[in-house]
Amino acid sequence: MENIKMTARRDFLKASAAVGGGLSLGFYLPGASKVAEAQAATHSPNAWIKIGTDNSVTIMCARSEMGQDVYTSLAMLIAEELEVDVNKVKVEFAPPAEAYINALLGGQITGGSTSVRDAWEKLRKAGASARMMLVGAAAAQWNVDAAQCKAVGGAVSGPGGKRATYGQLAEAASKMEVPKDVPLKPNAEWKQVGNVKQKRLDTPMKVNATATFGIDVRVPDMLYAAVAMPPMIGGKVASFDDERAKNMPGVKAVVQYSRGVAVVADSYWQAKKAKDLLEITWDEGPNANNDMRKVWGGLRDAAAQPGAVFREAGDADGALGSVAKLYEATYELPFLSHSPMEPMNTVAHVRADGATIITPTQFQQLVPFVVAGATGLKPEQINVITTFLGGGFGRRVEVDYTMDAAEISKAVGAPVKMVWSREDDMTHDSYRPGGIYKVKMGVDAAGKLVAYRYHGTSPSISSRLFPSIVKDGIDPFAVEAIDNFPYAVPNHKLTYQMFDAGITPGYWRGVSHNQNCYVVEGFIDEVAHALGKDPIQFRIDNLEYSEEKHKWSGLSAGQAVGGRMKRVLEDVKAKSGWGAKLPDGKGRGVAVMEGYNTVMAAVVDVTISKNYDVTVDKVTYSVDAGPLIHPDQAAAQIESSTIFGQSAALFGEITVKNGGVEQMNFDQYRVVRMNEAPKSIAIHWIPAAKDQPPGGLGEPATAVVTAAIGNAIFSASGIRVRRLPFSPENIKAFADPRHTMKPTNL
Amino acid sequence: MAISFNLNGKQAMADVAPDTPLLWVLRDTLGMTGTKFGCGKALCGACTVHLNGQAVRSCQTPIGSVAGQKVTTIEGLAANHPVKKAWIALDVPQCGYCQPGQMMQASALLANNKSPSDADIDAWMSGNICRCGTYPRIRAAIKAAAKA
Repeated sequence: MENIKMTARRDFLKASAAVGGGLSLGFYLPGASKVAEAQAATHSPNAWIKIGTDNSVTIMCARSEMGQDVYTSLAMLIAEELEVDVNKVKVEFAPPAEAYINALLGGQITGGSTSVRDAWEKLRKAGASARMMLVGAAAAQWNVDAAQCKAVGGAVSGPGGKRATYGQLAEAASKMEVPKDVPLKPNAEWKQVGNVKQKRLDTPMKVNATATFGIDVRVPDMLYAAVAMPPMIGGKVASFDDERAKNMPGVKAVVQYSRGVAVVADSYWQAKKAKDLLEITWDEGPNANNDMRKVWGGLRDAAAQPGAVFREAGDADGALGSVAKLYEATYELPFLSHSPMEPMNTVAHVRADGATIITPTQFQQLVPFVVAGATGLKPEQINVITTFLGGGFGRRVEVDYTMDAAEISKAVGAPVKMVWSREDDMTHDSYRPGGIYKVKMGVDAAGKLVAYRYHGTSPSISSRLFPSIVKDGIDPFAVEAIDNFPYAVPNHKLTYQMFDAGITPGYWRGVSHNQNCYVVEGFIDEVAHALGKDPIQFRIDNLEYSEEKHKWSGLSAGQAVGGRMKRVLEDVKAKSGWGAKLPDGKGRGVAVMEGYNTVMAAVVDVTISKNYDVTVDKVTYSVDAGPLIHPDQAAAQIESSTIFGQSAALFGEITVKNGGVEQMNFDQYRVVRMNEAPKSIAIHWIPAAKDQPPGGLGEPATAVVTAAIGNAIFSASGIRVRRLPFSPENIKAFADPRHTMKPTNL
Repeated sequence: MAISFNLNGKQAMADVAPDTPLLWVLRDTLGMTGTKFGCGKALCGACTVHLNGQAVRSCQTPIGSVAGQKVTTIEGLAANHPVKKAWIALDVPQCGYCQPGQMMQASALLANNKSPSDADIDAWMSGNICRCGTYPRIRAAIKAAAKA
């Protein structure tokens, strides 16, 4: 994909008649690629709203539902302005089409905590525009002024007791001109948006287990594929012996495809058992000897390079040479796996004249292109159906597994469901990149912050996936939560150095906010303590209020938000019990961040045992995310990202040996379980300011909680742990007094 | 030779190798996809079902060992079961993938313990992973179901 754009594009409306009669309303973007336009025509109706002559209302969900509630919250935006009860609409997942492109990302992608931000005006306008056309149709029918008519509950009423349902008006409405000016309801008139009692529309089907995930899809005459992929990253099949495998019961075929060897059978278990009998010789590829000594050695060498400057003011290097006190620290972060509960899978049916791909994906728009490449078909011949996703967390932005399934289906000439084992999934992930982060702070004799230096070194995800957005050595998805460094330091220089560690880097929930928030908020905490200041007050006293625009972090607020940060810090201080004396072994840490135009502060309470085991007891948030569409699920996203972040903070680490990932399953890649989850996650919302747009909520807490846990560990133990995860081994290592940060007095 | 067992109150037959895990018999042979595949090693609990009323990991339960016995899956847990009602009332699921296993594990807990403490819930539920982190709501839903 070369067309990722970080700037919103202007959408415009276009109405078209829906198949089967009725009103269909879609957004079309100018300058669409020819292929995408052709797809839109193929996969009609291309629309947000379908109103049947039977009064049924269908709302298209153009984002993938992976737990984050787009299925309900996006429908609520449309229903509010359409004047229908969201609990009575049907929701359908949209096919890939230009109309459904996420303007914040430039593709039909679910990610970057952008779904609600992108939909906020667009979907309410879609609802309002359709309502205006329905009202207009009624007014024309009754020969009255539209102002005399009113839409309520899926019907239009007019003077003299006249009434017509949306179903009765749908056909006439579809012939109305699309209104140019679409005013939206003032917030005070919302009946559905912001409803604290609204339930998720997908809960009943997820409780009674009728929700269809990719792995649940069954099509007629479907075969099952289990795969053998190279254990080393970048390896290939050299040769294989399938004599034993192909004679196993139920086996229909053994096929080599680009990435590995697939056994296709009547059932998954038969395919899996036969797959285990394959004897494969691998061409080990360029990373054959890669291991963690090489990875960290390479990162350390790269960190000695100057890197590319992405933000600078004054003369940081000069000032750091003459400050009263100089503080320095180096932080190290590991690689991480996504490991969603549903392993990668796809049902593919490749025929001579086209293909159907049914898949749990976060990037359905890309699927036709890669499947076309893999099969020789044209993108417009490929029909993509998105299922529910059993977790995504960024893994399913990648479409590698759809291509694999298509190749296998083509080879056997039948519909195939390819299912990865957990081991396949964990060892063929794209990984949250590890990295080394060196920071320095210079303080003058009066204790004022004078100079700051940040130098981050890590693999670049976008260089692999979206190279066109990488410019001047900067990957925008490596400098989140640091491009918008929130503290006022007159001299600062922030640099980034890419390094390819031979471990495929991928977008992972929160992306680089995770690394940078831990580094920024860990280090400011260190400096606060070193200067004998209260960590919350020290942050407040040093916030940046400048309105200068940030250049790189495109999904952020775009400028310093000191006022919002001060507010959440003061709020969390008041609500977390901050300042109270804690018993031995307990500690309380704070962190604050702006990401995705959401500002949040967290205070974490931890207990640390004599053996350095950390328990996260309680997390208190103050969150300024603007208006909440579905408040209960906004809270659920913070609960979710808290525990996702906690898993990584306490346990997460992927390592390689002989070029391949060592961790195979959840016994080796530990994640938080019920007994380890915080007993309390308290979320306090800052009321939205007038006209404040919503911020993203799917990710930021993942980053903030990690930094706050680290600061709480310091509060509990006096140990500053500068390497993740906060495992007993790492904490013990940093308990050594040589890690205590002492300033260089210049 | 076909293996027969009682599935959700009805007779079920599967003509598969006896070492085939119950999980794959349910999903592929019988088309009951509510029971999920997560790890294949009894590490995550996504495949939890009841065997004669006890919670078991169906990925580690050979179908041969199930012959003549009573299996209950999420599809067989009554729609008005207190666990299902509590899960809906508290909007527990996010992605929802692990939830059938969570509900089968929780309903087995409540069958033997009418009023589980936090420690009971921790001990009983810690074999079931949820990557969406719905644990706080699962805990609250178990308590709500216990009171129902």
